[in-house]
Amino acid sequence: MTDWQEDLYRVLKEFDVSQVSYVPDAGHRVLIDRSLADPEMHSVPLTTEEEGIAMLAGAHLGGARGVAAMQSSGIGNCVNMFSLVKNGLFPMLVLVSMRGDFGEGNPWQMPMGQAVEPVMEAMGFVTLRIDRPEDVEGAMRAACTMVFRSGQAVGVLLTQKLIGAKAF
Amino acid sequence: MNEAFRAGTAVEMSPVGTLDRREAVPALVGNPQDWLIVAGLAGTARDTAAMCEPEANYFACAGVMGGAVAMGLGLALARPDRRVLVLTGDGELLMNVGSLATVAILNPPNLSIACVDNGHYGETGYQKSHTSLGVDLAAMASGAGIPAVRSVSEAGEIEEAGRLLREANGASFVLLRVTPDAGPPAIRRSLDAALAKDRFRAATLAAG
Repeated sequence: MTDWQEDLYRVLKEFDVSQVSYVPDAGHRVLIDRSLADPEMHSVPLTTEEEGIAMLAGAHLGGARGVAAMQSSGIGNCVNMFSLVKNGLFPMLVLVSMRGDFGEGNPWQMPMGQAVEPVMEAMGFVTLRIDRPEDVEGAMRAACTMVFRSGQAVGVLLTQKLIGAKAF
Repeated sequence: MNEAFRAGTAVEMSPVGTLDRREAVPALVGNPQDWLIVAGLAGTARDTAAMCEPEANYFACAGVMGGAVAMGLGLALARPDRRVLVLTGDGELLMNVGSLATVAILNPPNLSIACVDNGHYGETGYQKSHTSLGVDLAAMASGAGIPAVRSVSEAGEIEEAGRLLREANGASFVLLRVTPDAGPPAIRRSLDAALAKDRFRAATLAAG
C-alpha cells in the first residue's frame, strides 16, 4: 500500500536531496517518517509552507538540494514566496498531496485544490500530476532531473486517485 | 512620523530605540567576511550591502517579505562549515514570526539572527510597526525556544551581543533597538535576484 511512498523517498536519496521541509499531511506520512529517521537528512517541520520555499532557496545558496512537501492548501500560503523562485531562477521541487480534487468530500478543500495547477503555472512552475502508484518512480525521476539538472521549478501533484480521496 | 496610527488601546507604547543603525549594525556584525549573510528587504538590505560590498558573501532580498529567517536556516543547514547571519528588520520578521519557532526546534549552532528594530515600516512612510506598540520580538524569540537571546538598547551592550552571535553553541538572536530617525546607508545595489544568487554561489561555494 505504501510502496509508492518508498519509491518516492528512494528517488530523492538518489538525487542527493538532504533537506525536507513540510507541514505534516497524511499523504506525506512515509516521507516525513523516513526523513526523521535518516541521519543524512535535515527534516524540518514548518509553521507555514512558505518558510519551506525560502529555506530551500537558502539551501541552494549553500549548494544543497531539498524538497518542500505540503498539502494543496499550502500552495496558497506560498504564492508570494514563489516570486523568489521565479525572479531568482532557483531550482525548486515541491511535492503536493492533493485535496480538493477527485472525489473530495470536504468543500473547504475545493477552492485551493482546484487552484493549485493554475497558481503554480502562473508562478513559473512545471506541474506533473501522478495518478497511479506505478508512475511515481518515473515521474519523481523526471521531476528531480528537471529541477536539479535543468534548474527548473517543478510541482509534483500526488492526486487523490493516487493517495485516495477523503470523505471529510 | 505618523503618531496617529495606534492599533488598539490595550498595549503600552514602547520607547523607541536610540542607537544609530549606521554605527550599531557594523559594530554588532564585526568583520562581515566572517559570515555568510542573508538580509531582509529594505533597510537591512542596505545595511548589509554597505558593509559587504564589493564582496559577495551576502544575499539581500528586495521582496518576499517574511522569508529571510527561513532562507538563513536552509543556508545554515547546507553550510555547517560556516557561520550564517540573518540580518532583518522588525517588519520583515513579524510577517513570518513563526520562523523563529522553526529555527528553535532545529537549533543550528551556526545560525545567528540579528533583528534591526526601528519600530517602523521604513520603506512605506515610517508607519509604526507592532514593536512600537508593545510587541517584544526578543521575548518572542525566547518564547519560541531560541536558547541565546539578547535585547540591545545601548552602545555598551553591543560587544557582548556580538560575541553571543559569534560564539553561541546553538541558534542565537539579538534584537538591536535603533532609532527610526536615522535611516540605513544610501547605497545602490542591483535588484536582480538571479544575479545575486549566482554571485553569492560563485563567491562562497568551492569550484567544481
